[in-house]
Amino acid sequence: MSRKKSLFYGVGLPYVDASDLTGKLIVVEGTDGVGRSTQLEELKKWLEVKGYGVMTTGWTRSPLMGKAIDEAKAGHTLNFNTFNLLYAADFADRLEHEVIPALRAGFIVLADRYIYTAFARSSARGGDRQWIRKVFGFAVEPDAIFYMRITIEDLIPRVINSQTFEKRYWEEQSGEGLDYWESGMDIRLGDDVYDSFVEYQKVILKEFDRMTNEFDFQVVDAARSFEETNRALKQGILAILEDEESEEKSRRH
Amino acid sequence: MARLFDQPHPYPGILIIVEGIDGSGKSTQLELLQKWLLNSKYRVFFTEWNSSALVNETIKRGKKKNLLTPTTFSLLHATDFSDRLAHLIIPPLKAGMIVCADRYVYTAFARDVVRGVHPEWVRNLYGFAVKPDIALYFRVPIEVSLKRILNGRVELKFHEAGMDLGLSEDPKESFKLFQSKILEEYDKISTEYGLTVIEATDSIQKQQNLIREIIKEKLKNYKPTPFLQKKENVYVA
Repeated sequence: MSRKKSLFYGVGLPYVDASDLTGKLIVVEGTDGVGRSTQLEELKKWLEVKGYGVMTTGWTRSPLMGKAIDEAKAGHTLNFNTFNLLYAADFADRLEHEVIPALRAGFIVLADRYIYTAFARSSARGGDRQWIRKVFGFAVEPDAIFYMRITIEDLIPRVINSQTFEKRYWEEQSGEGLDYWESGMDIRLGDDVYDSFVEYQKVILKEFDRMTNEFDFQVVDAARSFEETNRALKQGILAILEDEESEEKSRRH
Repeated sequence: MARLFDQPHPYPGILIIVEGIDGSGKSTQLELLQKWLLNSKYRVFFTEWNSSALVNETIKRGKKKNLLTPTTFSLLHATDFSDRLAHLIIPPLKAGMIVCADRYVYTAFARDVVRGVHPEWVRNLYGFAVKPDIALYFRVPIEVSLKRILNGRVELKFHEAGMDLGLSEDPKESFKLFQSKILEEYDKISTEYGLTVIEATDSIQKQQNLIREIIKEKLKNYKPTPFLQKKENVYVA
């Protein structure tokens, strides 16, 4: 058994034997538009070249729940508590059918967002912090959580400049360059989508910051260039993998 | 922010819920109760522990591809309940009505634990629920409920019989084993939450009279005054 941490955050999954999860769960967190996905793509390639089996997992759209979430977003007014639970079901589905089997098979699982995103979004809407943490008490505790930290000043030009900004407007026919949900338009923090985005993201960033100590985030400054941020992430990951290797060596001696 | 389920609700309406295993006679009793309330000129709203299309289709999809686990099953039902609570239960309570619910969160506490989730986890999960004013638990021995159920209909539904748990290949046997486990959980829940126990082996009329006595007591302080102004923090999602 190589995992030093406890397996689950809370009460776990009583019907799952999780004693043989030999892989590594590495989480990259950070707000919308901070550049997580591009970083993860690069990290996956890098690890595979090194010879590791890598699986990436995202947030939302599991085989079981994907359709339900799309329908719910398009449909009648779901309150935020309902969305919290819908996302929890989606997360549980991915955890049980993708993440845990991959960890059991010894893979490195790179998670693009994890439960902390759900915590931030829920708290931003006035949800009970303790409640949502317990709801996700079946989550496997990661080996490392990298928090790509950015200030609101640095975030705005990145989101407005991103290639997806205009594409979203034309292709999704949403009539918006800024995503409705990522702008927190459901809670209307500002008069237009821009103001709402800024106010909402400020709250989200604050929530992530306050979770840094609580969950032992490793903070990575994401305001720097792609290469610099990438180097910092790689260093962090190497440290975990080296820990593992030296442990294995000492076991052999 | 205190959780809603831990304290009396702030709404002018009354929430009456009935619980018990299939065949305990709770639905019959709730129907009789409603007739009496309506006859006494109260405004009554009825709701059931039924799933919406959103959840039903997801469950169907999950069953076909064998994707459902105890946790996703439980979360799907909680999602559905959250939506029904916001749309079907809280508005009539704010409007000062008497809401009669056939099954409530205790059904999830019992079923989901039998399916394998942690009792503490599922209790927290439903922490956003409105605490009932009156919660009646219809206690019945397993043999009696089985006789009533099998008398009425021959086909047992897959999940109703707990066939997904692999307790037995025979639906009737599976149903019996499943319901016995549910019954065990209900007995624990009943003590834990102080549900009012109704002996469901008594005659229908005797049970109904007892229930009406209990409700009458509650109605003494009941003033059906609808909320007319938005109240801050009355419902925290």
